[in-house]
Amino acid sequence: MNENHQVILETRNLNIYYGNFQAVANVNLQIPRHKITAIIGPSGCGKSTLLRSFNRMNELVPSARTEGEILFNNENIYDPSIDPVEVRRRIGMVFQKPNPFPKSIYENIAWGLRINGFRGSKSDLDNLVEEALRDAALWDEVKDKLDQSGLSLSGGQQQRLCIARTIALRPEVILMDEPASALDPIATLRIEELMQELKNNYTIIIVTHNMQQAARVSDYTAMMMLLNHEERVGTVIEFDRTKTIFTNPKDKRTEDYVTGRFG
Amino acid sequence: MIRNRKVLEKKIVVAVIFFFALISVFTTFGIIGVLIQETILFFQQVSIIEFLTGTRWTPLFATKKFGVLPLVNGTVLVASGAMFIALPLGLLAAIYMSEYASPKARTVLKPFLEVLAGIPTVVYGYFALLFVTPILKSIFPQTQSFNGLSASIVMGFMILPTVASISEDALSAVPRSLREAAYALGATKAEVATQVVIPAALSGIAAAFILAISRAIGETMIVAIAAGQQPKMTLNPLESIETMTAYIVQVSLGDTPHQSIAYQTIFAVGMLLFVMTLVMNIISYFFTKRFREVYE
Repeated sequence: MNENHQVILETRNLNIYYGNFQAVANVNLQIPRHKITAIIGPSGCGKSTLLRSFNRMNELVPSARTEGEILFNNENIYDPSIDPVEVRRRIGMVFQKPNPFPKSIYENIAWGLRINGFRGSKSDLDNLVEEALRDAALWDEVKDKLDQSGLSLSGGQQQRLCIARTIALRPEVILMDEPASALDPIATLRIEELMQELKNNYTIIIVTHNMQQAARVSDYTAMMMLLNHEERVGTVIEFDRTKTIFTNPKDKRTEDYVTGRFG
Repeated sequence: MIRNRKVLEKKIVVAVIFFFALISVFTTFGIIGVLIQETILFFQQVSIIEFLTGTRWTPLFATKKFGVLPLVNGTVLVASGAMFIALPLGLLAAIYMSEYASPKARTVLKPFLEVLAGIPTVVYGYFALLFVTPILKSIFPQTQSFNGLSASIVMGFMILPTVASISEDALSAVPRSLREAAYALGATKAEVATQVVIPAALSGIAAAFILAISRAIGETMIVAIAAGQQPKMTLNPLESIETMTAYIVQVSLGDTPHQSIAYQTIFAVGMLLFVMTLVMNIISYFFTKRFREVYE
């Protein structure tokens, strides 16, 4: 990649294991700042595992082990001196299934601010909550019921609430693990529109099964594939501008996959 | 024809199963019925006001007084002491097992706790009398040979596995997605445990607490052996006291003639025990409905 975009995240010889089983092999990627990067590929090829390595969420699985480096603003987040809690504050995550806390809509956002050291007044907190909900295009729908449970919202609204609570912390990167796969087409469209607005201020990495979605929303695309089917080790086989991946891929396997001839 | 036979067979099986289900229901009603009947007989001779407000309990003496409060006092004293130990330790053990322990540590610890729950209560009773009381005496010389504190301590450890095990089940049942949501916001392990997992598991934890309190109130062997037989209005745990359950044992095993008023007291006391547990369960029901963070 030789454009002028600044690189915000870079993986170097990244290998991820679960126990003795290798899930992801040898990934070398450069994620550009303030762009949307999509990770696509068939099921079980390690897309989510790769995504979860960017904020060290994989470590919540006791057997997981990561080798290699991930440079975040040129600092290795896997360095022993780095606290994963700090990494996750700066690299936020939105999950496949909306998972708001069983707390009020207001608390869903305020909680993250408080545990990250917010000590200001109630009105400052109110403003931050409102701002996050506005940025997530949810404010108008919930402003009159902030004290209701986050779980009382529809699926699409819940997912936007999850995005709101993530951006309330002003992370630099937002990881999205198939954020619309549990939503209907209209809710999906709203999430995609929201992503376009968010990319002015945030870098977004999205895992998606849906190739049309990747083509619609992303600027860059990483194509993942299993190295061989016996061991089920996945890796990135091609990374380029989304337009190139979908119209003029270099790798035959990418071409087969994006044109639907995979299998 | 075959079809009809199958339908008939099914009906018979359902009827048989229904019959067995009825037996357990009727047994419960039977017990409550006897309790109520004997209690009514008792209250035809003793005023319910005197029973519930009197502070002297001497039905076995020549001058009979029927104030149940000393027994309630003994029960509440011992049970609250036990809860003072079982609740915090049980909850901490549950948090450790569900949030911090490695899978390996958990597979070792959980069976240990369950073994603790399987020790016969009479063994706990002797442990209280012969091991804990001498230690208490060496610390507090005024400790009486039968006292509420040793019963409380040992009962606390007896109940601890119940609290830990049921709380742990409730904590583990909180979906992983909620924990992930919290971790992804930069929460520490302690923040996830105390501010996300515990609130979401509150109904199960409260259920564990209530069950533990019910067991503490109903526990009999430990108090019968170690706490004494002196119904007393005291808050001093080093003195000899008597609980409701220990009193029922004392009368049941003694030579009190049946149909005497002294004998009928045990049904009134039993009824009161039953009502106390029932009220506790009702409170827990409303409490959990009101305060639980519903996650599904």
